[in-house]
Amino acid sequence: MAEAIAIIGAGPAGVRAAQTLARAGHRPVLIDENMRIGGQIYRQPPPGAERAPDQLYGFEAAKAVAIHRALDGLDIDYRPETLVWNAREKLLDLTGPRGSERLAFDRLILATGATDRSIPFPGWTLPGVFSLGGSQIALKAQGCAIGRRVVFAGTGPLLPLVAYQYAKAGATVAAVLDTSSFATKLKAAPGLLALPKLFAKGLYYLAQLKRRGIPVIEGVDGFAAEGATAPEAITWHRGGETGRIECDAVGAGFGLRSETQLADLLGCAFAFDELTRQWLPTKDAEGRASERHLYLAGDGSGIAGADAAELAGERVAWTLLGDIGQSVDSGRVATLDRGLARIARFRRAIEAAYPFPHRFHAAIPDALIICRCEGVTAGHLKFQVEQREAGEMNRLKAYSRLGMGRCQGRLCASAGAELLSHWRDAEIGTVGRLRGQAPVKPVPVA
Amino acid sequence: MTEQLRSDVAIIGGGIAGCAAALALRKRGLGVVLMDKGFCGAGASGVNFGGVRRQGRSLVELPLATRSRAIWDRLPELVGEDGEFRATGHVKLARSEADMAVLEHYAADAAEWGLDLKLIGQNAVRDDHPWLGRKVVGASLCADDGQANPRLVGPAFARAARRAGADIRELTRVEAASFDGDRFEVRAAGGLVVTSRWLINVAGAWAGKVADWFGDGAPVETLAPNMVVTEPLPFFIDRSIGVCGGDIYVRQVDRGNVVFGGGNGWGDIELERSRPLAPTTEASMAKLIDLIPALKGAMVIRSWSGLDGEMPDHIPVIGPSLSIPRLLHAFGFSGHGFQLGPAVGEVLSELVVDGETPTDIKAFALARFQ
Repeated sequence: MAEAIAIIGAGPAGVRAAQTLARAGHRPVLIDENMRIGGQIYRQPPPGAERAPDQLYGFEAAKAVAIHRALDGLDIDYRPETLVWNAREKLLDLTGPRGSERLAFDRLILATGATDRSIPFPGWTLPGVFSLGGSQIALKAQGCAIGRRVVFAGTGPLLPLVAYQYAKAGATVAAVLDTSSFATKLKAAPGLLALPKLFAKGLYYLAQLKRRGIPVIEGVDGFAAEGATAPEAITWHRGGETGRIECDAVGAGFGLRSETQLADLLGCAFAFDELTRQWLPTKDAEGRASERHLYLAGDGSGIAGADAAELAGERVAWTLLGDIGQSVDSGRVATLDRGLARIARFRRAIEAAYPFPHRFHAAIPDALIICRCEGVTAGHLKFQVEQREAGEMNRLKAYSRLGMGRCQGRLCASAGAELLSHWRDAEIGTVGRLRGQAPVKPVPVA
Repeated sequence: MTEQLRSDVAIIGGGIAGCAAALALRKRGLGVVLMDKGFCGAGASGVNFGGVRRQGRSLVELPLATRSRAIWDRLPELVGEDGEFRATGHVKLARSEADMAVLEHYAADAAEWGLDLKLIGQNAVRDDHPWLGRKVVGASLCADDGQANPRLVGPAFARAARRAGADIRELTRVEAASFDGDRFEVRAAGGLVVTSRWLINVAGAWAGKVADWFGDGAPVETLAPNMVVTEPLPFFIDRSIGVCGGDIYVRQVDRGNVVFGGGNGWGDIELERSRPLAPTTEASMAKLIDLIPALKGAMVIRSWSGLDGEMPDHIPVIGPSLSIPRLLHAFGFSGHGFQLGPAVGEVLSELVVDGETPTDIKAFALARFQ
């Protein structure tokens, strides 16, 4: 009997997995929230808003087009605009254009991708302050900028890239504020040479920003957006030095975080990753989760980027094929594993070049909103720790409502855990992680 | 690493009943060690619907429930916060004439136990609650019932007990307990050994296992409620709402979120896990729309479950062991433990200190299953 195989996520990992399985004679179900394949990185504009690939994806245009076309002519049960809102054992609960339905599977590949990682800063809830990834999507999908005069702030490889893309598209980029210092990056440079082409691209984006006269301020120790109803300026400080830059929009981000709720609902084991300070589902060298009928690929199980996602998507498809007794192209698998190992080395250097500035949490004022869905301030959280003795994330959630709103902690859990760890003077890995609950994203009463 | 403790009373289970017992016992001057495998108030006490109601309870529960209701008003002085308790009233809806007959019959019976219920006809219930759907043909109101935030109440009792001098041990899993004819010995993971004169088993869904250690076999089944909550909506559901049959219940919290439940999720006390089930959630949604059509399309943001104990006759076991002296049980609350918990704690303390309680608990004797 044919295996019922489902893949969640049609980004580079999910698409390469689907392609590999289809070529091996399967008809996987490929489920994706977006209208079109590509994921966030190779997101396609909605019909009617198309532009030329090199305009949309720059250096990555060829890769984007290859992903968009990878499933052409293959027989795949593709379900766009479909949310997997719950998962249990070997069942998925879907809601989409076909209404609600329950899908049974034998094996499942989770390629759920990532979202921006936030650190709350004064002004971060002002309309006009966007995440970095959100700023990029506005440009890519809708062809619009988040403002006329934009400051990009935070850290991570996305920071110079998005700033460059905005400048190239004709927006005024007022400044780039990077929390990672030049010295930190310099120290990581030898590791970044593991992938010289990627390293060169990073340098190119920075050079382009400088060529256009855009100030790039590195090693920033903190920043705040000012304004009554929208950003009017961003202030920053570095050591004793301070600055103020007028702007009407801010794009801020601190790297990415994996979308792990479905792995959690499915009972996968998790481990705390000290390097990125995130909880991640554990996987073996071949991409199997702790639950052996589940496979993990792409940024949803640890941030490694789009190139790694393509390789990992294909890799877990081969693992799956081997697990069900089909022949495996071992030469191809060895190539994929070598590629993934090289990217992993590069990735460690990226994390060293753009370290997550967790020290910023110590400076968060009590009045600042941490959980935007529920309007929970840092002061309210501190009260739960000091007065109600909350020492663990799920207790903090139960007492304060942190992470109980629409986003279910996807935006705020990281900051909540950092604050809890700071106030209790406890290692971040010891304060626990929020239990996942269905629905993964809101679903209507129907 | 071992740690030896001696105490007057050892308590297994840090739900509301256990923590309220610890607090009451400290006030009577006894030494208390309470152990919970997780966090106090994080089990059934913390994940239930949050109903603080007497209406609809088994008649034999009403003396205990009425005693508890009085404590709910005094939470600020007792534990230092109100647990978001609001006496919003509880409306039980009839969806058929047969339902209405049940409500009338119950109201007459409950009056004899001192519970004042107001029967409301179809027109009046619509006038009072114009957002109710067409299926509602009448209702019964208990104006003095209410609702509270279950996530806050149990922990507040635990902290109050600790402030009163109880030794509260969280993340302390009891692995064995025995009686040597004089004292109890309770052994917990990590090497804690507690010897005590009295032992109180308030271990919730796991209490049947503890009872088994002492030969007090009890037919406890696992109950996993299926709870759902929407995003915040403009406030309009001004009462806690239930129905005849109990298959759907709903309330709206101050913040605006609509909490509803009904039916069963999945739970396993061996795995110590529980989950809501999508088919149950979907069935609850359909029933919710029948009751309150305006909620169609509201966004559900979360669902959850938990583990409670349920007895075959849906009322708890409260009282002494069948054979072991100074062993008390209080479990199998069958979904009623949140409202009852504060009074159960006081009753247990009276059984320890006075050897009797003024509250009628005869119906809860373990012997009924012999």
